[in-house]
This record gives sequence, structure tokens and C-alpha cells, in this order.
Amino acid sequence: MIAAELAERVRTHLPDVVVARGEVTAVVERSGLLDALGWLRSDEALAFDFLSSVTATDWPEREPRYWVAYELSSMAHDHRLRLKVGLPSDDARLPSVVALFPTADWHERETFDFYGIVFDGHPNLRRIMLPDGWEGHPLRKTEEIGGVNTRYKGAFIPPVDRRTAP
Amino acid sequence: MSFDFRPDVDPRDPLSAEELRQETMIINMGPQHPSTHGVLRLLLELDGETVVRCEPIVGYLHTGIEKNTEYRTWQQGVTFVTRADYLAPFFNELAYTLAVERLLGIEAPLRAQVLRVLFCELNRIASHLVWLATSGMELGAVSVMLFGFREREDLLDIFEMATGLRMNHAYVRIGGVVLDLPPGATDAIDDFLDMLPGRIREYESLLSKNPIWVERNAGVGILSAEDAIALGVTGPTLRAAGVAKDVRRDEPYSGYETYEFDVITRESADCYGRFEIRMDEMRESMRIVEQCLDRLREPGPVMIEDPKVAWPSRLEVGPDGIGNSPAYVKHIMEESMEALIHHFKMVTEGVRVPAGEVYQPVESPRGELGMYVVSDGEHRPYRVRIRDPSFVNLQAVPTMVQGALVADAIAVIASLDPIMGGVDR
Amino acid sequence: MPVERIEGLQTGKTADETEEDVRRGVLLGTLDRAVSWARKQSMWPASFGLACCAIEMMSTGAGRYDLSRWGMELFRASPRQADLMIVAGRVSQKMAPVLRQIYDQMPEPKWVISMGVCASAGGMFTNYAIVQGVDTIVPVDVYVPGCPPRPEMLMFGILKLQEQVRTQGRFR
Repeated sequence: MIAAELAERVRTHLPDVVVARGEVTAVVERSGLLDALGWLRSDEALAFDFLSSVTATDWPEREPRYWVAYELSSMAHDHRLRLKVGLPSDDARLPSVVALFPTADWHERETFDFYGIVFDGHPNLRRIMLPDGWEGHPLRKTEEIGGVNTRYKGAFIPPVDRRTAP
Repeated sequence: MSFDFRPDVDPRDPLSAEELRQETMIINMGPQHPSTHGVLRLLLELDGETVVRCEPIVGYLHTGIEKNTEYRTWQQGVTFVTRADYLAPFFNELAYTLAVERLLGIEAPLRAQVLRVLFCELNRIASHLVWLATSGMELGAVSVMLFGFREREDLLDIFEMATGLRMNHAYVRIGGVVLDLPPGATDAIDDFLDMLPGRIREYESLLSKNPIWVERNAGVGILSAEDAIALGVTGPTLRAAGVAKDVRRDEPYSGYETYEFDVITRESADCYGRFEIRMDEMRESMRIVEQCLDRLREPGPVMIEDPKVAWPSRLEVGPDGIGNSPAYVKHIMEESMEALIHHFKMVTEGVRVPAGEVYQPVESPRGELGMYVVSDGEHRPYRVRIRDPSFVNLQAVPTMVQGALVADAIAVIASLDPIMGGVDR
Repeated sequence: MPVERIEGLQTGKTADETEEDVRRGVLLGTLDRAVSWARKQSMWPASFGLACCAIEMMSTGAGRYDLSRWGMELFRASPRQADLMIVAGRVSQKMAPVLRQIYDQMPEPKWVISMGVCASAGGMFTNYAIVQGVDTIVPVDVYVPGCPPRPEMLMFGILKLQEQVRTQGRFR
């Protein structure tokens, strides 16, 4: 389906739909996420059965602060949809979609690792990219890029111009 | 001294002794291991030689590329993104550049698009050759390693001729490509295309009917189509299960709808099917490269003319690599102040991309490589997320390896062709 | 051969003692050089390829740029059988303890080549995730810059290391 038709079809169930640059984006509330995904999957004209990616973006000056984006695509119809959920800064929790889309397992772990968003119902929510004892969630905008003054496991590595020979 | 973890079994009864050997062994494979494709760690729970449970642990190559792109300009993002999946650098650059061009609302000139397709398909051949080399070595066919790298060296010569680098070229830029093909490149590509079919036949005669290769690959690592779709697996692994899904065919980009090529599938859903698919994909890539060479006969621009987007300098190959052409340096230093200011602003600040977000998928040698780019209207990316195919494909390893032997685990991972740079970014 | 004694110029030893000295010194010198030569000629690298530089390292070991010319085509999987560690690629914070453990598992004498800018100094990734130079973890003998370094550059680094081993033999 082309973007305009797709948007019309999705709007029948999810009212907040935007079409931009040839892409269709639907915004849902946290409570309606699993219902929306279930409907998008079961509706025959839409048939969104493939989840490409789950990720988040941090907008610290806005409320809601974290915007989690689900990239869905359809094996049968070759169209795409983005589903977005906004999360407040003090309550960054979201139901996990692993039961519907097993591929979301590692994507959600990575989002938790980078942003600290907790996915309720995830079978194995641990850090995936960073070492287990790491403190902080580095991709948040409030965190520094690092690389200098790194502390880890009791070692301290200063910037290059202040290092002395061991 | 007795430990009663099996209270129902009497240790003095010899017949019940068989049931006592129920404990499994947890073995760690990697991250430094000759047979795992890079720094992948596998936690295997073994019952004898059979894998009961497998958990891949990744993150040993986490580089923070996504965070770094938020601190650099849009054009500098190309050099970061290209090092994610380091065996398919053109694909990373292409996905990122296409996403940014969609945000900008521009399109690269026709010749630039043909060059992008040309280099992407050559990169696909190079990546499949490295896959063949390393898979062969991991499964014991060590001579295939030397053969695969021998062919790849010719391809790297072509890349070096065109971009100046053997790997991690920052060739595809926003608005086009950085340089046109130098004289002699088309001849080199022609020679390579003449030489390659014979070599691929050589590999097939070495491996396809080889009883050891068939034993180790046929029937190993079965992943059905439903499992693959549920786990998000794309690329040769999905096509080996019979699903004809290829982003070049389904959501064409860069003019792929105008090229003739087939989407290769198999029905066996095992490692041998993936091997056959990759060999055939090399042939399909050669077909596309020939069509590209035909289209490159007419000259044309390789970077768009829009001064707010295009890289300001005229680059040319100098005595020490690619750099600003002396004529251009003379122009900005001596002739035109506006040109100097424009050059300065474009190089330090760069393009300003309108706010919005875009997800751009391309078909990399490993599957669907997607780039989710968010902009807030500034001269730096706000968020760049690389949906890497290897990251998702590795989630299928526990399913494929369950109940198989340890040696099959190696064959399965080799057939998935994961690149840890893409997995960990 | 009798040694002439000249006042003030010699060590004060008898002729026999000096001959003994000379004989012992020459023998040790030759053994030193022989062992250093053998060590440099047949160094076995431990495979520690991490990222893009690993591919260039594999290319260096492959047919066109042949590391076998210097006896190094045998990349040992087990660090206990290796004497050279080529750290090829970016070292993340999670990988750093593993790197140190592999280094500790290698028996003496051992050498380290830091291949590429990411291993030498953190490269273009000045961020939280990459160790800014493996010399903060292991002592490095030769740094080979480049992103990634061409096979010829890696070979030059290896030859420099071999020169170092040959002239600064550690056999005692």
C-alpha cells in the first residue's frame, strides 16, 4: 500500500498518524502499545509481522522525554510503519513486546543499556553492550561522551596529556 | 560423603548409575577464539558433545559509534558509520547517506547513483569472499582462506584506485560520491569480472560436492521461515528458508529497480543452502556490475550542484593521496574571499538538515541494514541508530544450535556471517 | 698465546685468566645472538584480531603480503604457545580484562605490537567505550598507526620489532 492509503487504514484504529517523507508514523500511548501491535499484526490488509528495530531517542527538554520507536514491516505487502511511544523522564517503563516479536529481545536490552528504559516482562533484561558493572546509561543526552577521565574497575585513565609512564 | 541432588536414585544400585550422569557442563567459547567470527562469546551448556543451551554474549567490540555521531557534523558521520560493519563499509555509508538525503529532500545525480551501486555490489563480492575464506578456515578447509583473500586483493586494488583506501573508505557522501572513477578503473573492473567466474567455479569444484563440506553443512543449523521471521533474521539466512525477501527488490533505492538481477533462494534452510546462496549472489552481483559499467560510459557530475550541501572543494589525487586540487586551493586563497568563507563554513559546520526522522533500509551482504536517523534541524545528527543485520541474526543462534554438536555451532555461526563490528557498534 | 703485560693498560690479570675471560665472553656473545636470531625469525603471533585491523592482519598473512616470509604465518590460537600479540583493532572497556588475561597467559619472552590507531591511542573513538590506547593495559613494543594500516605498514612494524629483538637479546 502506498503511504496515504496506509495512513488512512491505520487511522481507523490508531488516531494519531503522521505521513512525512514517504513514511507513516503512528503515535500510541504506553497503555495501548500491545493492543496496537496485535491489531497491526492481525489485520490482513496491514499484516505487520516483522519488527526491524526498537530504539529510543532522548529529548531532555521535552515532556515526554524518551521516545521509543518500533520499525515494523510487512512480509506480505512490503510496506513499513513506525510506531512511537513517549515515556516521561521519571517513569521510563514500557511493556516488553518479546511475546509478540521474539526479535525484540536484544533490541530492548540494548535500549535498556543505553537509556535506562525498563521493559516489563522481558525475560532477560541485562546490559548487552556495556560491561555488567557499568554505571550510567551513556546515550542519554545528559551523559558526557567520555574517553577522558575514565574510571572502571578501580582504574583511572586521565587525558592523554596528563599520562605518565607506568 | 554423599550429595543428594538426586534423592530418588540409590547410589549403591548399579543399574541406576546410568541416570546419575545428568549434569551438564557449562563451557565458555571466546571472546578470543580462533573459530568464532571475531569477538563473540558463547556460553554453551553441554551434555557430552551435544549443546543443550547456548547463549551468545556480545558487546566486546562496543565502540560507541552512535554516541560519537551526535558530536560530529553530518558529513563526518559517514566516517564513523563506515566502521560499524567493517567488511561492508559502502553499505553503511550508503544507508546513512540515503537517510540524510531523504531528510534534506535531495537526490544524488544519476552517475553518482550508478557508482554507488557499482561499489556496493563489488563490496558484496568482497564480503562474500571473506565469508568463504573465514568459514572455510573455521571448518578446516584452510586453503580456501588463501584463495578467498587472493581474489579480495584484486578487489581492494580497485577500491584503492577509486577511493584511496583499501577499507573504510569514506566514499559515499551526502549529495553523491566524493570522486569520479579514475582512468583505468573500468578496465581493471572488466579484467576482474573476466577472472572471477572461473575462480568461483574453482571454489565450487573444491567445496560443493566435497563429502566433508557437505557433511558439516547439510542439515546443520536448520532455521525455518516462521522462526526466521519471528527472530527478525534477514539476508541469506532468510532466503535459505525459501522466503524471497531482498530490500533491493522490495524497497528499491539508488535505482535498483532499473537493474536486472535475481533474488536467490533455496528451500533447505540449512548451512549448505546459505553457502549456495552466497556463491550465487556473487554471480548476481557480477551481473549488476556489468550493467553499471554500461551506464558509466557517458560522463556526468558525481556530486550535486547545491552549494549548501555539496562538499566545497574539488578533490583530486595528488602525490600523497586524495586531497584538495591545487587549482581550488589557489581559488579560495587568492581569488575569492566568499569562496574561502563558504569553504570554511561548509567544512567546519557542514550541512544543516531539516528536523525529522527517517529509517532507510539497504540490503547488505548479511541482511537488512537499516539506518534510523533523527535530526533536530542542527548541523549535527541528533540520533543515528544502525539496525545491523548481524546483531539481529545472532539472536537466532540458540535456536539453530539447540541439540546440535559443538562443531555444528561453529558451522552455524560461520553460515550466519556475523561481523562483530556491526553487532556491537 | 702469551699476553704481554704493559704497565697501566691491562686489568691486572694473569695470562691464563684473561684467556679464560675471552673464551667465555665470545661464547656467550654468540649464543646471545643465535638465540635472538632464532626468536625473531620464528615468532608466533597469538591471534588477537578484534575489528577492521584484523582483516588487514589476515590480508598480511594471506597470499599477496606473505607473513610466512618471516616465519609468522602460524597464528597460534592458544596464548601459551605464542610470543607475539598483535592487538589489531579497537579495544572496548569490556574486552580490556580479556586482553590483559591473554597477555598474562603468554610465557616470557613476549612482545606486543599495537596495530592501528585505535589500539595505539583510541583512534577516532574518543569516547566512553574504547580504551584510549592499549599501552594503559599492556606494555607495547611497536606502535603501527593507520586506520587500518596497510599490510606493508604492518610488515614494517614487524620488521622493526624483529630488529629490536635481534639487537636487544634478552637471553641471560
